[in-house]
Amino acid sequence: MAILQQSLTGRNEDDALEVEDIQHFLMSRPAARAARYEFLTFRSAACGRAWLMGLIDKVGTAKAVGSNLVDSRWVTIGFTWNGLQALGVDEVSLATFPEEFRQGMAARAEILGTTGANHPDHWVGSLARPELHAIAILFARDVAERERCRKEHERYLAQCTGVELLSCLDLEALPPFDYAHEHFGDRDRLSQPAIEGTGVQPTPGSGPPIKPGEFFLGYPDEDGPAAGMPQPGILSRNGSYVAYLMMKEHVGAFRDFLREHGGTPEQQELIAAKLMGRWRSGAPLVLTPDKDDPSLGADLQRNNAFTYADMDPHGYACPLGAHIRRMNPRDTAVNMNRRKMIRRGGTYGPPLPEGAPEDGIERGIAAFVGCASLVRQFEFAMNVWANDPNFHELGNERDPIFGTQDGTFDMTIPKRPIRKKIRGLPAFTTIRGGAYFFLPSIRALRYLASLSGDH
Amino acid sequence: MATPGPARPKVSDWTKPAAMAIPEEGYFTLEQGRYGPIFPKTPACHGFSVVAKVKDGREQAVRDYGKSIEEAVKNNPSVLAPLKLHYLRWILFDVGSGLHFMYQGIFDTDFDKYLEDAVALFVKTGITTVFVNLEGWPDNWKTNLSAVIKFFREHQYPSFLEYGEYPYVTADEVKKALKLQAAFADMLDLMQ
Repeated sequence: MAILQQSLTGRNEDDALEVEDIQHFLMSRPAARAARYEFLTFRSAACGRAWLMGLIDKVGTAKAVGSNLVDSRWVTIGFTWNGLQALGVDEVSLATFPEEFRQGMAARAEILGTTGANHPDHWVGSLARPELHAIAILFARDVAERERCRKEHERYLAQCTGVELLSCLDLEALPPFDYAHEHFGDRDRLSQPAIEGTGVQPTPGSGPPIKPGEFFLGYPDEDGPAAGMPQPGILSRNGSYVAYLMMKEHVGAFRDFLREHGGTPEQQELIAAKLMGRWRSGAPLVLTPDKDDPSLGADLQRNNAFTYADMDPHGYACPLGAHIRRMNPRDTAVNMNRRKMIRRGGTYGPPLPEGAPEDGIERGIAAFVGCASLVRQFEFAMNVWANDPNFHELGNERDPIFGTQDGTFDMTIPKRPIRKKIRGLPAFTTIRGGAYFFLPSIRALRYLASLSGDH
Repeated sequence: MATPGPARPKVSDWTKPAAMAIPEEGYFTLEQGRYGPIFPKTPACHGFSVVAKVKDGREQAVRDYGKSIEEAVKNNPSVLAPLKLHYLRWILFDVGSGLHFMYQGIFDTDFDKYLEDAVALFVKTGITTVFVNLEGWPDNWKTNLSAVIKFFREHQYPSFLEYGEYPYVTADEVKKALKLQAAFADMLDLMQ
């Protein structure tokens, strides 16, 4: 709270973040070990608005969550463009939203590179369908609290005739809980931008704080004052876009691949690190290329403090095509401050025990990427960093972890005297669904709930 | 829609000169980029030819930008590096329909992929301000990125033939080869 209050004083009043109006989702990361995403459809505008009206008070603001007034469950609400239409937003206003949001993620599959097995034709949970109108995101302190909230929302939905659950996803953090990691075992949440005006200091190597307009509509961004916001202003100001992706992780296939390419456990760890750019502990290859250093991996003051152009120009430590070097090229790309995104989310499915064969159970990451421009920030990352085969002039590679892989792309691992080239990389992940949502401000939620008429 | 054309070979042979005839649309099959269709890489790499009419009385203003870009590159030789260029050609011509400006660039990246970076660089180096002398340039270009992008896309005239004497070779590869040649010459010197 002290941090947020500090931000409200000493800055131009117009630019001070309105933390009582902004949903907490992209501003605070609550200490949640469980989550549930519910995907909803509105059969009529009136029932959608009635459902929303009853929930607004449960939505966590940046102010309340930042001051720990909300401490056991954290609610966020977002709408697709179709959802805004279904709530009765008029056509003039709807037309002021950017084209990529109007089209929705599924329609942008070719641009995103979500083709083949990742194509929306194969998505689950009705996420590619136009009936997807809203998402209710619940983060909870633990599974028991998640279950309590699930039942509560179930009871509430039963009273809201015309609002239906299309699908849902339950998420739980993976043990051990002392650090965040995903099913492959990689430490997560190592590189997050700090937002100017929140008082949060970026960790060394994370770059300067980023202007709030890169994440929240209505504020100055890295290019200057806010411009071209959707109308009316009450609907767009303090809102953000989030791109949702549900990504299945093929843990068995990943471990088989490591065994195939590494004779010893040490060699297997090195191959895993070369694909990721970090050891599973989080220690970056640029800082420790030959062996893991778990204390470095866990040290936020050191584990992000590196560059590529100066420290590893040829990729002998971290390959040019490694996951983290693609998703954050640091000093080897330009305008990085205009490509920053805030990630939120968690893991779903049970962990696959070490040594166990693939059990076919669905597991992975279901995450949100928050930004102010889906086309400039999220779609660029997907189109270029994840899936451009010629990124860094690699010629025939995609992100080895996150890119769309179909066995026809390679992975080059620079090494003296001769590089190692892995041909025909298998897919370690599959996109199982996704959508674009707008997270309105609290005022905008009230505005939406008070609209009249049908669309 | 045009018929599928020659796919770019995954391993290109720079020793074999190649020409590519391109359909009127500028592409063989429609592939959507973030801001519109993606134009294919040809034996002459990626590129664009942006042609627009010069506003009355602005010829000298346009010509003066030649000098200012020369200065910008002299002061910082890597200022245009993010565009991954081989060559730029700026031409003023009048073939009877008034004075036109042509901005032709040959480069190694798909322009659609890095459009925002290119526009940011144009703003930084002052290239953008040459465009204010052209008809159709949006008045609110400073705050309306999508209008700027629209201008470029609407004024881009795709080639119908491109040729490469050493096809598909990137500027980085050319520079690497020349560096290697220089290093090899140095090595031979050291062995005398």
